[in-house]
Amino acid sequence: MDLNFTPEEEQFRDQVRAFLAAELPASLSARVASGKHLGKQDLQSWHDILNARGWLASHWPVEYGGTGWNPIERFIFENECALANAPRTIPFGVNMLGPVLIRYGTEAQKRHWLPRILNGADWWCQGYSEPGAGSDLAALQCRAVRDGAHYVVNGQKTWTTLGQYANMIFCLVRTDPAAKKQAGISFLLIDMNSPGVEVRPIITLDGAHEVNEVFFTDVRVPAENLVGEENRGWTYAKYLLTYERTNIAGTGYSMAAFERLRNYAARAVKNGRPLDQDPLFSARMARVAIDLENMKLTNLRVIAAVAGGGAPGMESSILKICGTRIRQEITSLMRRAMGPYAQPFIADALQSDGPATPVGPVEAAPVSAQYFNNRKLSIYGGSNEIQRNIIAKMALGL
Amino acid sequence: MNFELTEDRRMLADSLSRYLREQYTFDTRRQIAESAQGYSSTHWQALADLGIIGALFSEAHGGYGGKGFDLAVVFEELGRALVVEPFLQTVLAGRLLAAAGEAGSRAAQALAERVITGQDIVAFAHGEPQAPLDALHVCTRATRSGPHWILTGQKAVVWQAEAASALVISARTAGDPTDTEGLSLFLVPADAAGLSLRGYPLIDGGRGAELELDQVQLEADALIGPEGGAWPAIERALGAGIVALCAEALGAMDAARQMTLQYLQERRQFGQPLGAFQALQHRMVELLLEIEQARSAVIRAAAELDNDNAQVREQALSMAKYTIGQAGCLVAEEAIQLHGGIGMTWELPLSHYAKRLIMIDHQLGDADFHLQRYIALGRASAAG
Repeated sequence: MDLNFTPEEEQFRDQVRAFLAAELPASLSARVASGKHLGKQDLQSWHDILNARGWLASHWPVEYGGTGWNPIERFIFENECALANAPRTIPFGVNMLGPVLIRYGTEAQKRHWLPRILNGADWWCQGYSEPGAGSDLAALQCRAVRDGAHYVVNGQKTWTTLGQYANMIFCLVRTDPAAKKQAGISFLLIDMNSPGVEVRPIITLDGAHEVNEVFFTDVRVPAENLVGEENRGWTYAKYLLTYERTNIAGTGYSMAAFERLRNYAARAVKNGRPLDQDPLFSARMARVAIDLENMKLTNLRVIAAVAGGGAPGMESSILKICGTRIRQEITSLMRRAMGPYAQPFIADALQSDGPATPVGPVEAAPVSAQYFNNRKLSIYGGSNEIQRNIIAKMALGL
Repeated sequence: MNFELTEDRRMLADSLSRYLREQYTFDTRRQIAESAQGYSSTHWQALADLGIIGALFSEAHGGYGGKGFDLAVVFEELGRALVVEPFLQTVLAGRLLAAAGEAGSRAAQALAERVITGQDIVAFAHGEPQAPLDALHVCTRATRSGPHWILTGQKAVVWQAEAASALVISARTAGDPTDTEGLSLFLVPADAAGLSLRGYPLIDGGRGAELELDQVQLEADALIGPEGGAWPAIERALGAGIVALCAEALGAMDAARQMTLQYLQERRQFGQPLGAFQALQHRMVELLLEIEQARSAVIRAAAELDNDNAQVREQALSMAKYTIGQAGCLVAEEAIQLHGGIGMTWELPLSHYAKRLIMIDHQLGDADFHLQRYIALGRASAAG
């Protein structure tokens, strides 16, 4: 047993820190730290900075332009980025589609799409959920019918994150309605600029435009945009989900958020003394701090266990439940810490370059919006109830 | 980073686990736990011969282990088999004796050697009936009388006190009840005049006792360790005890989880196994999550046990004891609930695991105590 990083791992962490100190623009990290909504330019600029350093595709082998990092290096990198208030990398191309193409794509597909993911020529979004297929994803009905050299797609996708910025969408579509649920699904790459594609915003309860509905009406998609074999898409989708869930614990985000909470609670005043001296609030903080410390180690134990290769299965479900619970609790404490200043909702002050002046403590502006936005954590990526089903099946044999 | 046990520790765990599986079956355990003696001399000696006690002490103290992970490995197996032998007391008193021996007390050193070989059982008597929730509250007084020490006071719920040939007793030679300064340790023979015990069975098996010290007269060398300066040694011993208890709880939780899972798979109602009901599946998953988090906490505490940075060490210990307190009670209560009526019976081993898990939260500070301690330690470091 040795809970310390090896000298090599510490050296790597120092490299990451040095890179972040030198290359992460202060204006960008300030926007992240203050909870502003990031615009397309913000996200794209961080994507480009990482790509220039060769540190964008942390899940890809070196031969495709990836970093070739092991799971511990990825963990260190993701944590350091979060602690430095770097924007998150947009995962759809780099972390989701990329690994699927590398594993199941043709040579031509890899040569065409992978470089475009790295250089930002394509902005991908994910077409999985539908109005009638949420947790029961395999119930999806978006239809693709082969017509010569094309597929013709009709149907609807929803919860499409940042689809308003995307020019490409990878979709699960039904190609064989007669087959059993999972068996008739294919994995298709669709150009969002094709005639018949329409994107409509969904405004979430925090007033944000993060997700969308995407409608397909007689959209013609070249047959070479099929990934893998027809009707085998479910296999690829499941493979992708294991990558969607890799940094699922969000340990670094929780650590950064807890630091913000701790700083604020030391300065805020309640009953004539700092909030962090309040017995009830300090107990709430201590509980989540201990949960977070425990989870950090649980996360590392999982990483060490899968370091020999392979993607985590049940373990990522455990981390997802623990991690999202902790992140939600921290944002909830931040909201509580603001007292009445959790109420003002000056939406313009949350925009990346919003001109409005917030009211109350400078930290107060985003916290309620973030709290409500973070309710999504236990819903997306397979709801926490679905994760419990997975664990029950895999770990308990129930 | 490495989460593998060393080969030596794996072998230690294997040999202990094999012994317990073969020799310390649940029926055996039940008889021992309910016996008048409250432990088994035969098994105690056999376990000592197997090297289990030696594993709990460093080479410098006459053992061959003594690190946090040695304690963790041994106590996890003890917890899994719900062993009632006086291991915790041996860790506490043995460490105090060994530390006093290092500080120059020959009597303590000689007794430490006998403890580590299993020849003697010694109990540490520290908590008091006036303030049993407070680890620092010591009112028992030791005063000088010529060449002698005179001890007067009371000690509460001293585990396995009746089995002990001698007791290590904390007493004040100076200061007020909650001061860290002014605490001293005395080695008191079990048959000392003026020392009386009221023994009783414990709800989770084994025995405890209330101690009454009425003008107990001791020789000068009964003071072991520095006069008035015993707290650092006591804190370190309690830390080892916390790692031991937390690891024991982990083993007991794991066993309770397995029993409950098996029951959910076997028991049928409404024409299907209980495990087919999602409401029960999700509760079972919750136990699994909490046990994994608890395991992480125990690993951290074991890793930090020998850290000389007191704040890091003590915070890790309090985090673990808090986490175990929460998780242990959850596992105990849920395991009973998921079993239904049968979980309420004395006959079912599970119910005894549940009792042990709950009672671990009553030893060496409960979850609330350690949550407050964790907060206070953080504040002290921020202020310093």
